[in-house]
Amino acid sequence: MSNENLSVELTFPTGRKLNVPTGLFIDNKFVPSVGGKTIDSINPVTEDVLATVSNATVEDVDIAVASSRKAFNTVWGRNITPVQRGKLLFKLADLMERDSDALAELEALDNGKSAEIAKSVDLPDSIACIRYYAGWADKIAGQTIEVDDGGLKSSMTRVEPLGVCGQIIPWNYNIMMLAWKIGPALAAGCTVVLKPSELTPLPALKLCELFVEAGFPPGVFNCIVSEGAVGGAALSAHMDVDKVAFTGSTVTGKKIMAAASASNLKKVTLELGGKSAHIVFKSANLKQAATAVTGGIFLNQGQDCVAGSRLYVQSSVYDAFITELVASAKEWTEGYGDPFKPGALGGPLVSKLQRDKVAGYVDSAKEAGAKIVYGGEKYPGKGWFWMPTIIGDVKQDMKVVKEEIFGPVLVVSKFETEDEVIALANNSTYGLGAGFHSRDANQCQRVLAKLEAGTVWVNQYGILYNNTPFGGYKQSGMGRELGSYALDNYTQIKSVMWDYSDKSEV
Amino acid sequence: MAPPQFTYDFSNSKAGFKGKSDFSLGLFIDNKWVDAVDGGRLDIVNPTSGKHLATIAGANEKDIDIAVAAAQKAYDTAWGLKASGTQRARLMLKLADLMEQNADELAALESLNNGKSVTIARNVDVNDSINCIRYYAGFADKIHGKTIETNDAKFTYTRLEPIGVVGQIVPWNFPLLMLAWKWGPALATGNSIVFKPSEWTPLTAIRMAELVAEAGFPPGVVNVVTGLGNSAGAAISGHMGIGKVAFTGSTLVGRHVMKAAAGSNLKKVTLELGGKSPTLIMDDSNLDEAVKWAAFGIVFNHGQTCCAGSRVFVHESAYDKFLEKFTEVLKNVKVGDPFEPETFQGPQVSQVQFDRIMNHISIGKNEGATCHLGGERHGTEGFFIQPTIFTDVKPSMTIIKEEIFGPVVAVAKFKDDDDIIAMANDTMYGLAAAVFTKDINKAITTANRIHSGTVWINEYNTLKHQVPFGGYKQSGMGRELGDAALENYLEVKSVHVNLSSPPPF
Repeated sequence: MSNENLSVELTFPTGRKLNVPTGLFIDNKFVPSVGGKTIDSINPVTEDVLATVSNATVEDVDIAVASSRKAFNTVWGRNITPVQRGKLLFKLADLMERDSDALAELEALDNGKSAEIAKSVDLPDSIACIRYYAGWADKIAGQTIEVDDGGLKSSMTRVEPLGVCGQIIPWNYNIMMLAWKIGPALAAGCTVVLKPSELTPLPALKLCELFVEAGFPPGVFNCIVSEGAVGGAALSAHMDVDKVAFTGSTVTGKKIMAAASASNLKKVTLELGGKSAHIVFKSANLKQAATAVTGGIFLNQGQDCVAGSRLYVQSSVYDAFITELVASAKEWTEGYGDPFKPGALGGPLVSKLQRDKVAGYVDSAKEAGAKIVYGGEKYPGKGWFWMPTIIGDVKQDMKVVKEEIFGPVLVVSKFETEDEVIALANNSTYGLGAGFHSRDANQCQRVLAKLEAGTVWVNQYGILYNNTPFGGYKQSGMGRELGSYALDNYTQIKSVMWDYSDKSEV
Repeated sequence: MAPPQFTYDFSNSKAGFKGKSDFSLGLFIDNKWVDAVDGGRLDIVNPTSGKHLATIAGANEKDIDIAVAAAQKAYDTAWGLKASGTQRARLMLKLADLMEQNADELAALESLNNGKSVTIARNVDVNDSINCIRYYAGFADKIHGKTIETNDAKFTYTRLEPIGVVGQIVPWNFPLLMLAWKWGPALATGNSIVFKPSEWTPLTAIRMAELVAEAGFPPGVVNVVTGLGNSAGAAISGHMGIGKVAFTGSTLVGRHVMKAAAGSNLKKVTLELGGKSPTLIMDDSNLDEAVKWAAFGIVFNHGQTCCAGSRVFVHESAYDKFLEKFTEVLKNVKVGDPFEPETFQGPQVSQVQFDRIMNHISIGKNEGATCHLGGERHGTEGFFIQPTIFTDVKPSMTIIKEEIFGPVVAVAKFKDDDDIIAMANDTMYGLAAAVFTKDINKAITTANRIHSGTVWINEYNTLKHQVPFGGYKQSGMGRELGDAALENYLEVKSVHVNLSSPPPF
């Protein structure tokens, strides 16, 4: 498939036809890669090529960064009022809402997730996220400070945008991750060079058109599809990028931080992997917990940084809970399938590589003596599907317990006491999320305080709100996204010390 | 009985909206238009012609009771803690969008009812009102309490909760803008509202009520009840079912509101009252610009702004030149029909205001001040007054002490910097002030020493919705605009959760 027209017409299983641009989006225009490189996006259901898109080289990254720098110096940053920034973001949200069904279907087509879930969750949450940050644009205030110096001096802080921000997002929630990144960055006055995942570039590319329609000046938002090792690395090491924000694996996150420090010490925020613990105490509502547990690992095919992938069940309720768990898992298995079927709860994994990885982990569990309690296979035929899988009889040092699998695979362990399970839960280099179920109020308070995780869910799992911060302890990341906290990632503080005494004394 | 209906054809207007207005002039309660229980009626006047414009429903305490009940029910069932910040934000954004779609009509109604220039109404009043509603919509899901570390035995946090039913009483000088300043923070924080516009200028509030229903606010969240200050307004201030009253208007009436609040249920009170704001022209000002700003400071909105720069103090070295240029600018202010595109200053809002201002002018002359410019009615029809300058004034004079609320300014000299601070602060008011100087250090030190809630440096009468506004001293209590307004509409609840402390005995 060629990329000559920088556009592809896609036909969806719903019959919808949609033109999606395939060029690099720089200065509000779609252009080919300077090096003429392209990359194919594959349909994870049919394994066919969906589209061929421009694939940015290091030279293209330079062009995009220069464009964003120029925009920051002339039409964005301090050259536009906060109210106007908010207005443009509100307009973008309105346009996303207008086109939300088409965007959701595109997300499902490229990523493999359920189209219905994309329509009812991914899109509304993303639109609300943009609106949330639009509302912040004119509310970013510094302080004025009376100082201890004779009454004729004072200080104040100015909260200024960081500048040009490189943002690298993964393939699991294309539109949502884009919204989480550009919302606070643009609201704060930064310009953005976004690198969507080369596995699933199409939703971001389609969104580029809305930036133009909303009226964002050229260069404020640039979007360049590129392989991580090329475009991602180039952004991380770029001497004229002031900040890099990355969501993806911990392994890649470390490389990004290293590149950032070796180049110009650009600011870094990372949202990385997880191996989040999900605990069921004996006082839990077992049915509610089972629903939360399966939702926490099987939604989005388990391809979620905060998937609740390590289940710990208090031994006195273990058998009863597993019964509930398997019953709930069965609903998920029935719901997995064609992303576009009515009632779809999940589809294939995003790529062959990911599916082979999951298969490898499940094999390693079997070899190590663990028991496949449920699922454990790929589906026959085309598409990179994997069954909802539950593995029991695991030991804590097994790979499937320690490493992030990023698929619909849940490992289950028993525990006796509260202190024991807290230690088990915290025994991880990760610390992104944790969840537990208990009806004992004091236990809840104790446990939530002791779990080493950036988000702790009590009697639920995986629910996020745009106004509540999200991020990792330990090697799950640094910095927080969402909420007011995300704005700190895109601003810097200038302290201004003013002497208005007209006196000259030392 | 059905309430009266308002129809007006703007198609012959020389500027602005050329369509038709058509809406009920009843009370807006529970998203419905109803007549006043006792059938009260009030007449409103077109200040440009001086003639009758419409007859509206006039509420009394019975109608306020009904409105409060509707507001309380809405708060308990569909608003308050039952509607998330995100949901409130969506409705407020929708309201702002509807205001934008109907901006020309709102401007025309404001101009027709209040007398301000239709162009200014569109570009300032309506635009700022829309932006204000959007600003507070953005706050609705950003109202945070705190979690607070004390010790391991407890878990303590605060919740910020809406108050419940709030009463809001606004004046006639910026009917739509004052509505936006009030509705914005109240709705963002989850309160439901019983709103009383000025009985002189209710039209834009009534049209806004239609937009509230159109936007999809649950019935009872916003109620617009037209009525007299001393009946409907008093009923609000004294109501046992209203948790907070916000009032903008004269200091005199502000006292009544506060008294009634104290005498009833000690409801929370915020007041935005009068002013006698000083403009300080220092010896090193950019004189040409200072003159224009100072003129704007007194004739904008025909002097009918709480923060009008009605006392101008000029350094003696610049006095003569200032007065000459200032006089020239005020002489050339275009006074006339608000629907004429070149008009800057329209009529005063009512016969009552016209008489009050003319009376102040007459007192000024009688007390020995020199009427340097103006001092007379403009034209023969409508409530127009010439821009008026008094000189040779003394601090003891009535026109120096009392708020005139018209295009009447007093100009005086001063000698030195300490002298001027004392003169500027010599007032029971403290709403705004302005300093004109090229010396930034002088500007800051002077600003620091003036006792007023807003200080402008090298400008006048420019407000931004992100920046708080309110009065020192008898110009009011509490701040509107900015994030400061939110606390007027919130209660703080502290929650202490005992985790492990045994009882003391």
